[in-house]
Amino acid sequence: MIPAEFKYLCPSTVDEAVRMLAEEGEDAKIIAGGQSLVPVLRMRLAAPTALIDISGLTELTGVHDAGDSLLIGAMTTHYEVQRDHLIHDHALLLKLATDTVADPQVRHRGTFGGSLCHADPAGDLLAPALALDAVMIIAGPDGRREVPASEFFAGYFETAVAPGEILTDVRVPKYPGWGAHYEKLNRVAQAWSIVAVAAAVQVRGGTIAAARVGLTNVGAGPVRAVDVESALVGQPATAEAIAEAALRASAGDGYKDNLARVLTGRALTAAVAG
Amino acid sequence: MTATAEPEVGKPRLRKEDARLITGQTRWTDNIQLTGMLHMAVLRSPVAHARIRNIDCSRATAMPGVALVLTGEDFAAEQGSLPCAWPITADMKSPPAPAMAVDQVNFAGEAVALVIADNAYRAADALAAIDVDYDELPVVLDLAEAVDDHDLVHPDLGTNKCATWVYDSAEAGSGTNVEDEIANAEVVLERTFRQQRLIPSFMEPRSVVVDPSADMFTIWSATQIPHILRWMLSATTDIAEHKIRVIAPDVGGGFGGKLQVTPEELLCLLAARRMGRPVKWTETRTESMMSAHHGRDQIQKITLAARRDGTVTGLKVELLADMGAYLRLVSPGIPILGAFMYNAIYKFAAYRFVCTNVFTNKVPTDAYRGAGRPEATFAIERMMDELAVELGMDPMKIREMNWIKHEEFPFTTVAGMTYDSGNYEAATARAMELFGYEELREEQERRRADGSAVQLGIGISTYTEMCGLAPSRVLGALRYAAGGWETASIRMLPTGKVEVITGTSPHGQGHETVWSQIVADRLGVPFEDVEVLHGDTASSHKGMDSYGSRSLSVGGTALVHAADKVLAKARKLAAHMMECDEADVEFASGSFSVRGTSTARTLGDVVLAAHVAHDLPEGMEPGMDADATFDPDNFSFPHGTHLCATEVDTETGMVKIRSYVAVDDVGTVVNPLIVDGQVHGGLAQGIAQALFEEAIHDETGTLTTATFADYLVPSAADLPSFITTRTSTPATTNPLGVKGVGEAGTIASTPAVVNSVLDAVRHLGVRDIEMPLSPERVWTALQGGSADASTPAAGGLGSIDSQGGQQ
Repeated sequence: MIPAEFKYLCPSTVDEAVRMLAEEGEDAKIIAGGQSLVPVLRMRLAAPTALIDISGLTELTGVHDAGDSLLIGAMTTHYEVQRDHLIHDHALLLKLATDTVADPQVRHRGTFGGSLCHADPAGDLLAPALALDAVMIIAGPDGRREVPASEFFAGYFETAVAPGEILTDVRVPKYPGWGAHYEKLNRVAQAWSIVAVAAAVQVRGGTIAAARVGLTNVGAGPVRAVDVESALVGQPATAEAIAEAALRASAGDGYKDNLARVLTGRALTAAVAG
Repeated sequence: MTATAEPEVGKPRLRKEDARLITGQTRWTDNIQLTGMLHMAVLRSPVAHARIRNIDCSRATAMPGVALVLTGEDFAAEQGSLPCAWPITADMKSPPAPAMAVDQVNFAGEAVALVIADNAYRAADALAAIDVDYDELPVVLDLAEAVDDHDLVHPDLGTNKCATWVYDSAEAGSGTNVEDEIANAEVVLERTFRQQRLIPSFMEPRSVVVDPSADMFTIWSATQIPHILRWMLSATTDIAEHKIRVIAPDVGGGFGGKLQVTPEELLCLLAARRMGRPVKWTETRTESMMSAHHGRDQIQKITLAARRDGTVTGLKVELLADMGAYLRLVSPGIPILGAFMYNAIYKFAAYRFVCTNVFTNKVPTDAYRGAGRPEATFAIERMMDELAVELGMDPMKIREMNWIKHEEFPFTTVAGMTYDSGNYEAATARAMELFGYEELREEQERRRADGSAVQLGIGISTYTEMCGLAPSRVLGALRYAAGGWETASIRMLPTGKVEVITGTSPHGQGHETVWSQIVADRLGVPFEDVEVLHGDTASSHKGMDSYGSRSLSVGGTALVHAADKVLAKARKLAAHMMECDEADVEFASGSFSVRGTSTARTLGDVVLAAHVAHDLPEGMEPGMDADATFDPDNFSFPHGTHLCATEVDTETGMVKIRSYVAVDDVGTVVNPLIVDGQVHGGLAQGIAQALFEEAIHDETGTLTTATFADYLVPSAADLPSFITTRTSTPATTNPLGVKGVGEAGTIASTPAVVNSVLDAVRHLGVRDIEMPLSPERVWTALQGGSADASTPAAGGLGSIDSQGGQQ
C-alpha cells in the first residue's frame, strides 16, 4: 500500500477522539476497521491529513441489552454481530444481512458502525438499519445526539455525521419472534449487491401484524419500501398476499426494478417461513 | 525404465515448494532489499489517444527524496522499441513500441514519465507533481469500427489493420475448398461470437529489481521468461547479453500475463544504469490491470456447412483480433495459435481460416491461458450445438458422428496437424456416466413442462488442444523468431545428491516436485535427494521458459534424456569398477550389478568414483554430469469431454452451475494431485470467462474494471465441487507419454458453460447471449432484448468507479 502521507493518531477514549478531530480539522478522517477507507487510500482517491484510529476504543465494542432495545457499539465487528445471541434473538435481520457481507477476512476487520458511516448504497447493513428503525448515537464537541436511521442516510456516501463527530453506538429496537430474511443478488461472493432486500415480518395467528422492508442499492441510499409494508399489514401470511405486496416494490426501470420485485417476494416468503 | 521399487511417476506427492510459498518464507521479487536501492514509480497516461504537447517535471524534481524524473524524451535515444518476436506475415505493420511514450500516447495506462526516489512513497508522491499537457486525438476502441480505418491509432501506418493471416485447406492440400462445400451444403449456419477482453489476473503483481553493480546488470523480475527476457533486453538496448543476468525468483502466477518483455523491465534497467544504483519497481493492482497485457478480444464470424444427417463438410472462420495499441512479444501470433484448432476433434472436408489483426487505443493483448485455443474451442463447440439444434439432433450424437475414431490415430487433420493419439469415445463414455446425462435430460424436460422459474441446461465441450510448444521447424515456418526446444542438466554431486537444472521457469506449476519425481524414478535416488534449480540465467544458462503447456512434455523430456546420459556413463564406469563387460551390467533401484552375481555398486559409489577420478576407464572425463536439449517432432494433443449442468433463474437471470464433470486425457500423469490442481484452476478461469470476467472501457478509453472490486474473479464460493477424472492415451511423441495440462481446463470449460445456459433457455426464445453471461444479460435476453445489455455498475469501489463489471 502506497498512500499519501498522513498523521496517525490513536485515541484511547471517545472524548479524546473528538478532541483530536477538532484539532486536526476537516481533512482528518476516522479509521475504524479500514475495509472501505484503506482501498480508497491505496488508490489515492482520498488523502486525509490525519487518520484517527478508533480501534483501541473498547467502549465502542460489544452488544448490550438496553431493555426495549439493543445498544450496539459502533466498533463491533461483523464477525461479532454474526455470533451475538442478543442480535440473533432480537434483531435477526441484522445477523442475516451481516452473514452476506464480503468474505471472512473483511468480516473480521470490518465494523458495523464503519459500514453505516461509509454509507455505500450497495452496503448490506444500511437497509436493515433503516428497516429496523435503528437510531444512531453520535458524539461531538457539544456532547451526544441521536439521529434516526430515516434521517441518518443523507445520500450517496453521505450521512448525518458532521465533521468533528463520531458515531459511537447504534440503538436497535427489539423484534423478538419476528421472521427475517436478507435476499441478495450479487455476481460473485465477495461482490457488492446489485440489489438486495431486507425483510422482517411479525406474523400473529396466520396474519401479518407488522412488516419492515428495506432495499439495498436501488438509490443514493437505502430505501424503505413503505408501500410494500402497508400492503402486507393485516393480510393473511399467504403466498398470494406476499406476491401482491411485492409488486409494489420498485427501483426505477429495467433490470433493477424487476429485481426489486422478485427479491422482495423472495425475502418476504422466507421471512414469513422463518 | 523404472529403477525404484515404488515408482514416483503417478504418485500424488505434496508439492515440495508449497511450504515456503504458503508461509512466505521465500524470495519474491518485491521482498528483495539491496543496499542503496532506489524506487521507481511510473506516471501513466489518463487518456487513451493524444499528442504529448509538454511535460513539466520541475515541481516533481524538487520534491523531497526525488533523485531523478525522466520522460520518454530523456530515454528516446536508448530505449529502442519493445520486441515483437512474431511477425506473422512478411508485410505485417509494426509500429514503434517505446517503453515510455515520447510524443504520443496510444492507450490509457501507457507510461509517460517516471520518478526515481529514495522510497516508494516519495516516488508515488512526486507523480502527482508532474504536469503533462495532452492534445487529445480521436479514440479508436471498437474492433469492428477500427477495421474501417475512419480514425487511425497510428496515422503513420495509414491503416489500423496490422496483418491478415490465412490458412486454406484447398491451398494447403489438406482438404477441399470451403466455398465449394458451403455452396453445395444442405445446411449452412452462420454465427458471430465475441470473445471479450480478459485480464490475466496473476496473484503476484509484477515487480523488477535491477542491480547495476559489479560490471553486470543483475535483474530480478516476476517473469515467466527469464531466458527470453535476457535475450530480448540485450537485443533492444546496447547492453550486451553476457552483461545481463536475469533471475526469476519464486513467481506468483502468470497465466501468460508474465510472458512478456515489459516496458517497466526495460525502464528499470535503464534507470539503474543511469543512477548507478539498484532500482526497484513494483506495480499496484490497478497499475497492473491498466498496463500489463490483456487477453482474448476477438470477433469470430463462423460459417459451418453440413449435410442434413449431421455430417459437417466445411468450416470457415473469419476473425478480427484486437492487438490493442502496440504489438508486444507474441501479440500477433496469439489468434494464429487457434488456427490449427478450430476443426478440433472433428473430420471436416474443408477449412479456411482468415484472421485480421487490428490496432485500437487499448492495452496491448498477448498470451493468456490457452492463447488462441480457447477461442477456437469456444467457436466450434458452440457451432456443434447450433447444428444439433438446427437439425433436431442430440448434441453429443452430432459430435460423435463427426469426431476422429480412436482406431484412426495417428490422424492428419484438415488444418494440417497430425494428432498422434486419443480416444474421444472413452473420455466421453466416462463423462456421460459420471454426469448422469439421461437423468438430467429427464429433469430438464420436467422443468420445461412445469414452466419452472428455474430452468436446467446441459452443456457439452469435447475439446482438444495443441500443447508442448513447439517443434522449432514449425515455429520457423510460422515466422516465429525463436525455437521451441528445451534443455536440462543433471549434476551428480559427490555425496550422491542430485542437482537438476531446467530451462523451464515455473511460476506456480510445481516443477520442483514433478522434476524430482521423474529423476528419482530414472536414477533410483530418493525424491528428497533431488534439488531443482531454475529461473536464473547464470545457473540455467539456456532455456525457452514456461508457457503453452510445454514444460513437462518438452522440458521433462530433456530431463529424461539427461538422466539417460548420466546412466549411460555410469554404466560404463560401473563395468570398469566391477571388472566386467558393460553388457553384463544391470541397473535397478539405484544400483548397478553384474548379471547373475552379487557384485554391485550403487549409483552413489559410481558417482563418487567419477568425481575423485582416481581410476577411470581410458578416455573418460571426470564427473558424472550431463546436459540434454530436446526439440519435439510434434505437438501433443490432450483432449477430453466436459459436461456442465446449469440452473438458470429466469426471474433474475442468475446462473448457477449445478454440476461439472471433466474427464481429461492428458496422457501419462506424473503427479495426479498437481494435475487435479491444474484442472481445477483451469476450470475456474474458463468458467470465469463464461460468467464473470470482462475488461470494460468507457467511451474515452478508460478501463473501468481496474480493481478486483470491478473485475470479477470468482472464488471457490462461486464454483461447484468439480468432478474430475481421467482417461489415459499416452502421447507417442515423447518418452514420458505426457501431453500437458496447464491450459486444458480453461480451454474446455467456457463453451460447456455457455452451451448449458443456452440449452436452459433456448425454448424460451433465446438464441445467444454474449459473454460474460451476467444475470442482467441473461434476464435481458429472456425479455427478448439485446443480448449485450450493460448498465452502470454498483457498489463500494464499484460505486466510486461507476461503470465497472459489478453488474
